[in-house]
Amino acid sequence: MTGWEAVIGIETHVELQTRSKMFCGCRVDVGDEPNTAVCPVCLGLPGALPVPNRAAIEGIVKIATALGCVVNERSLFYRKNYFYPDLPKNYQISQYTYPVGEHGRLVLHVDGEELAVGITRVHMEEDTGKSLHVGSGGRIQEAEHTLLDFNRSGVPLVEIVTEPDLRTPEQARAYGAELQRIVRTLGVSDARLEEGSMRFDANVSVRRSGTSELGVRTEIKNMNSLRSLQRAIAFEIGRQVEVLEAGGSVVQETRHWNEAEGRTVAMRSKEESEDYRYFQEPDLLPLEIDEAWRQRIAASLPRLPAARRAELVALGADDRTATLLVDTPVLADRFEAAVSRGAPARTVGSWLTGEIVAYARSVGADVEEVVPAVEDLVELAGMVEAAELSATAAKQVLAGVLAGEGTPRGVAEARDLLQISDEGALEEAVAAVLADHPDVVEQIRAGETKPIGFLVGRVMRATGGKADPRKVQEIIRREAGA
Amino acid sequence: MPVDIDIAKVAKLARIALDDEALARYGAELGQILEHAERVQALPTDGVEPTSHPLPLVNAFRPDEVRPSLDRDEVLAQAPDAVDGYFRVPRILDEA
Repeated sequence: MTGWEAVIGIETHVELQTRSKMFCGCRVDVGDEPNTAVCPVCLGLPGALPVPNRAAIEGIVKIATALGCVVNERSLFYRKNYFYPDLPKNYQISQYTYPVGEHGRLVLHVDGEELAVGITRVHMEEDTGKSLHVGSGGRIQEAEHTLLDFNRSGVPLVEIVTEPDLRTPEQARAYGAELQRIVRTLGVSDARLEEGSMRFDANVSVRRSGTSELGVRTEIKNMNSLRSLQRAIAFEIGRQVEVLEAGGSVVQETRHWNEAEGRTVAMRSKEESEDYRYFQEPDLLPLEIDEAWRQRIAASLPRLPAARRAELVALGADDRTATLLVDTPVLADRFEAAVSRGAPARTVGSWLTGEIVAYARSVGADVEEVVPAVEDLVELAGMVEAAELSATAAKQVLAGVLAGEGTPRGVAEARDLLQISDEGALEEAVAAVLADHPDVVEQIRAGETKPIGFLVGRVMRATGGKADPRKVQEIIRREAGA
Repeated sequence: MPVDIDIAKVAKLARIALDDEALARYGAELGQILEHAERVQALPTDGVEPTSHPLPLVNAFRPDEVRPSLDRDEVLAQAPDAVDGYFRVPRILDEA
């Protein structure tokens, strides 16, 4: 897209995993049986009154704090009015002016560059019910009926809105990934895109490079993976540029990402422009999050991914390894423990993010279930350091440890992988090879170095590949008088 | 000062069907209310804290505890139409 620049902002919805809903005591984790966790409040029955869940308020303050927001001392609930069958009250309790958090930022590292993404606001609201469109063709246009399940209605929902600070689909994806890590680290949500507990909408516009005026934007929805977030934005940028280059104009509208077809499609536009007629929720009191509460929550926050990553890098992990380790906290823990007990960072980092992750995937297990104990990692790394195992043999031993064959030393012995580094044994093997090849020894004495490699190969063969090749070479040079 | 209101739009947003006579009547009544609001708005309020709620209370919370939900059969019995544990409503066209 030479000559064009994209301007991207992202709205993210995160369902909080509290035990009960935002404004009533219905349980949140309910499984698949529809309408089994509903009550007058979340069904919007007349006269029902909402009462906020304290744990949800704590959850959103954690998110706002982790994103560096100003947490407003006083915050208000509003009614957002619109008509849709999955919204039984005909309004969603949300926030408008005075959200819980404002003016935050999230720092990303994309392609070696640092990018600070402004966080406009973080506000509290409630989720809607789920609609299921049924009919002959499976397409909504052909659906004869809509089925409604209100189990999700009233689940605590946090909306996180960025400034239009992102410029590329890759940056947008990096933002989504980092936000997901933060939310998971905070333990407030499992943030699973494919299951909808974390959902992205992207606002996308394009403009000529070097200009500062914003173009007309579209909002794209329905991206249920980080990959589709990136793909959908890339498609939309291309589409808008194509429209503009053909002399057309971009229509401000909401577009739906079709994963199978790999394109965005305009949703039928509403006759009325959106008019939510926000007004303050008269059934709820203001929220007051005072200094003491804010400080208590800030002090309770776990180490966030950025801080953790910096610590791992300080221990010797490279950037890429540190990012992979942080994604799976158990790997980061193992790395830290093994390195602090003397194992080399490079080796352990590569085992953890390479062989161990690959093994878990190959057997369809969680990494947590298969990752070796710290003692095993330290022992294995120690054996490589002591030249008891070659790097290749160490990977074979690791495979044995992962398969439950025993400790590293036990596996190395059982699989006969230990290197011979005992000087005496090696000298014997070398002497036998030299005696078999007096002509080659002559060449070496005459100053040729090439035949040394040949002799090393012979010794390796004679020892079944278990000799330490560096030592063998050393001994040959000494004995042959090179 | 009379206030101009698009009463038909207001009615449409609220999904209320009004005939011409009702539109005229409610338009006039709402206009009076807005005129009153305008008079209040004209008062000098510098230094007066905005009042979002008349009660001197904040933070009425509940602990995060699960309470019993309603019986599904009883709930769905109130609905005009239901099937397989779901509420059933006419198809929706304007969203994918």
